Order: sequence, then C-alpha cells, then structure tokens
Amino acid sequence: MSLPIGWYLTLAAVLFGIGAFGLLTRRSALIMFMCIELMLNAVNLTFVTFSRAFSDIGGQAAVFFVMVVAAAEVTVGLGIVVSVFRRRQSTSVDELSELKG
Amino acid sequence: MIHAPSIHYVTILPELIFLGASFALLLAAGLNRKVLSATTGAVLTTMAGIATIVVNIIQWRDVSTHGATVTIAKAVIQDGFSVVATGVIAVGSIMSAWVMRDYLARDRHRATEFFVLALSAAAGAILMVQANDLIVVFLGLEILSLGLYVLVGFDRRRSGSNEAALKYFLLGGFASALFIYGAALLYGATGTTSLTGISYFLSANAVLRPGLLAAGAILLLVALAFKVAAAPFHMWSPDTYEGAPTPVTGFMAAIVKVGAVAVLLRLFLMSLPTQTDLWHPVLYVIVIATLVVGSLVGLVQRNIKRLLAYSSINHAGFILLGLFAGGARGVQGSLYYLMTYVPVVIATFAIVTVVGGRGDATHDLNAYRGLARRQPVLGGTLALLLLVQAGAPFTTGFFAKLSVITAAVADGGVVISVIAMAAAAAAGYYYLRTVLSLFAADDPFGEPVAVPVGSASVIALGASSAVIFGVWTGPLVALAHHATLLLP
Repeated sequence: MSLPIGWYLTLAAVLFGIGAFGLLTRRSALIMFMCIELMLNAVNLTFVTFSRAFSDIGGQAAVFFVMVVAAAEVTVGLGIVVSVFRRRQSTSVDELSELKG
Repeated sequence: MIHAPSIHYVTILPELIFLGASFALLLAAGLNRKVLSATTGAVLTTMAGIATIVVNIIQWRDVSTHGATVTIAKAVIQDGFSVVATGVIAVGSIMSAWVMRDYLARDRHRATEFFVLALSAAAGAILMVQANDLIVVFLGLEILSLGLYVLVGFDRRRSGSNEAALKYFLLGGFASALFIYGAALLYGATGTTSLTGISYFLSANAVLRPGLLAAGAILLLVALAFKVAAAPFHMWSPDTYEGAPTPVTGFMAAIVKVGAVAVLLRLFLMSLPTQTDLWHPVLYVIVIATLVVGSLVGLVQRNIKRLLAYSSINHAGFILLGLFAGGARGVQGSLYYLMTYVPVVIATFAIVTVVGGRGDATHDLNAYRGLARRQPVLGGTLALLLLVQAGAPFTTGFFAKLSVITAAVADGGVVISVIAMAAAAAAGYYYLRTVLSLFAADDPFGEPVAVPVGSASVIALGASSAVIFGVWTGPLVALAHHATLLLP
C-alpha cells in the first residue's frame, strides 16, 4: 500500500510555504538562506512525486539539475554572507539599511 | 540504454562562445603570474560578441530558409526571435565591456574575475532566450543570476555594494525557488517541462488538474516579474541598482530584461495561449502597477541611479504591455522595445559611471546640475539619452512606446493603453526635470570629469543608435517584424 500522491504534494507545499514564510519574516541572512534551500527541496519532492505518478524519468532528471543549482547557490550565497559579515560582524538584514528601501 | 540526443551545434554556438571565452579568461588568469589587465577582458568580450553576431547572421539565414530548429531533445530552440535577442545580448555585452574596462581601470579593481562573471552571465541570458524547456530556462536563469550576484557585490570596499549583493541574492533566490516550483506544478499538470510539449498537451487534452496548472502559471509569472523588476515585485531593484558598481547596473538593466522577457513571451504566448483567461488578469494588474510605480515613485528620487532604477521599472511596464497585447504584434513590439532600449540604457549608465568618479561615489542628482554647461558634449548626450527614454519623437524611444501601445490597442486594451500613456507623461516629467537641471546655470560641483575613450565610444554608439534608427526606422522595425516567435 502506498499513500496517494496528494499527501506528498501537500507535504511539499507545506515545506515550500514554511520556507517562503521564513524567508519573508526572519531577519538573519543565514536563516533566510536556509529557507531558500528548504523551498528548493520542497520543489524536488514535488518533482519526484509527479515523476513517480507519471512513470516518467523527466521529473527525476529535473531534481538533479535543481540540486546542482542549489549547490551553486550555496557557494555564491555563503561567499556574499561572509563578505558582508567581515565588514559588519553581523548577518542581520535589519542592520543593512545604508541603501534606503 | 540511454541514447544521447543529437545536437545541432550552430544553434548553441553563441552559448559555447561566451562560456568558452569565460573559461579561457579564467584559465589564462590562472596560468599567468601577472594580473591580466582590464583591456584584455574587454577585448575578449568584444571578440566573443562579434563572433556571436557572425553566428547570428548564419543562424538568421538558416531560420529564414529552413524555419525554426529544435535540438538536444527539444530543449533548445533556434528561431528568428532567439537569433535577434541573442544579437541584442551580444551588442549589450560588447558595449558594457568597455564601460566596465574604464571603471575597473579607474577604481583599480581586479579585472579578470569581473569579465569571467560578465561573460558567463551573458551566456546564461543567451541560454534563456533559446530555451525550450523549463529546466533549461531555470539553468539559464541561474547562470545569469549567479554571475550577477557576485558582480553586484564586486566592490567589496564599499559597503553599499555588499548590501546590494545580499539583498539581490536573497530576493533572487526566492524568485528562483518560485520559478522552479511553478515549473514543477506545470509538470504535474501537463506531464512535461518542454515549452512546446506543454502547448501540444494543452491543445490536445482536457486539463485534469486545473488548480495545479493555474498555480504553476501564476508562480512562473510572479518569479519572472521579480526578475524584470515589475511591480509589486520591484522592491529589490532600486537598492540593488544603487549599490551595484555602475557598469554592472547598466549591464543588469539591459541583459536581465532581455532574458526574462524572452522567457515570458515564449512561456505565455507559445506554451499557455490556451490559458489566457487564467494569466491575463494577473498580468493586467502587474503591468498597471509597474507603469504607475515606475513613473510616480521616480518623481521623488534624489539619486540618479535610483531614478534610473524607477525609469527601468517604467520601461519594464511598457515591455510587458507587449506581452499583454500578445500575438505577433505584441511580440514584435516587445522585441523592438528591447532592441532599442539596450544600447540606450547601457550608454546612460556609462555616463553615470563616468560622472560617478573614483570610488563610484557621486550619484546625487545635484552633481548633474549644470553638467551640460561645464561639458556640453557629455551633458548634451545625457540630455538626449534621457529624452529618448522619455519617448521623444524622432528617436527610437518614441517608436518603441508607440509599437507596444498600438499592439495593446489592437488587442482591445484601451484602458491599459491610456494608463501607459499617462505613465509615460508622468515619467516624462522626471526625465525633463533632470534634463533641465543639466542646463542649470549654477555650478555647485565645478570639476569637469574625465571621459575615457572606451566609455565615450559606447556613449556615442548608444546615443547615435537612438537617433539614427529613430529617423531611419525601417531596418529595426523590419528585423523585429521578421523575428516573430514560433507561435503554434
């Protein structure tokens, strides 16, 4: 017996929602960064679910691309966070207010 | 057993050239003991750009005789639209490269990495305009964005640059996640990520999961609206434009728009034309919000880069108006807008780079008071470029706005066209106000600025393209007309 795909999709949607909510409400750049990763992993779960449901390899292939992109984003993102931290000794985005916005 | 898909190499040659140039520069920098000069990077970018334009001419002949080519398991497409958009990116990259060179030489930055990133970002944008699969679009988007995140934060000595990079990265990452989630939902609704595949599926089958399709399409629209800085998803753009090194701002304003608008046109007019009822109302709100924000909020800006950021948001509204109008005329209008906008915006930011001075610091609008009196050629050209962006007659800016508005009127969008014209008039006010202050008699910052040869050529090229093709309208209009998207 396997669960119907609706369960997996709902779980993915909830994870994506948590990621999006966290990104918009948390103020630490690192936590926001983790939220983006959570969103990307929710997308992977969605792709795998559909791939399984359709018996189509395309969705699983997409997951590999998303994982590669997530890894590349980590590299660049952490580089930027470290560069900001070196100047300010803080990763809180609230303290980034030089550019008024 | 996996069969490797066949590859039509001429189609992907532009990406290969730009990526190859990027890797060659990286390798040369790694093998060389002494630091490569900025001129090397600019020359290499120019060579890559010219090679791409030559390839574009070959591709253009191929497309006009044999029609569109779809290759690599239908992941990449070569049609008239992709060829012209690639050419626009190549021209934009060449022009940006020389502004970057002068900036890097003036501020004594390490040049190699800068050009490596710019070349790979351009390759990403080219991949976006040629993509025929949502996964390939995503890869192109990320190659473009990852390069730009670093370029925006390149000036590590200035904290504004760091801050801009972090803001751009967090919101760009958010937009990317929305994009790929939208792609996943569309895959769930149609069983494919291929843009042409989605179109075939929707025209042949009843949609079993309309909710998934709607959510996917809206997420993709919102994600791409983030990338073109359309309101209400534009919050990052003034901060990022202000903080980024000025040549990067010009490069971004030009290249990202070409890539993202190409994807929007392909996705919504080629893959989802059967679902117009679904995305049209959302796009309607986005276009109106973008036009209004771009014209009204720009009025209160005191910093030239923020002013131009809102100007760029206003332009995004007009470009999206072409998408809203749809059909061959809408595509033609949007493409013509992009073709004429790219050289003008890069030339405008080239002047801002020059006036900004060492350390990229002087961007207050007061620094521009009386510029045309101190340096008549530089100030006069800036005045001309601003008038082009305002849509003055006998320039390309006028025909660009005219082409998207007539397309919208032909589609029955009278209200949105009136709003667009009102927005153009409101934006015209801040352009004209800036132009008048250029000719003001008082002179608070008396020092004339030095204009390096490279930047001067780029500025001259951008300004003359706007005037020449504004009077001699035939060629660009014909090019945009023949470069229609492969509409099903």
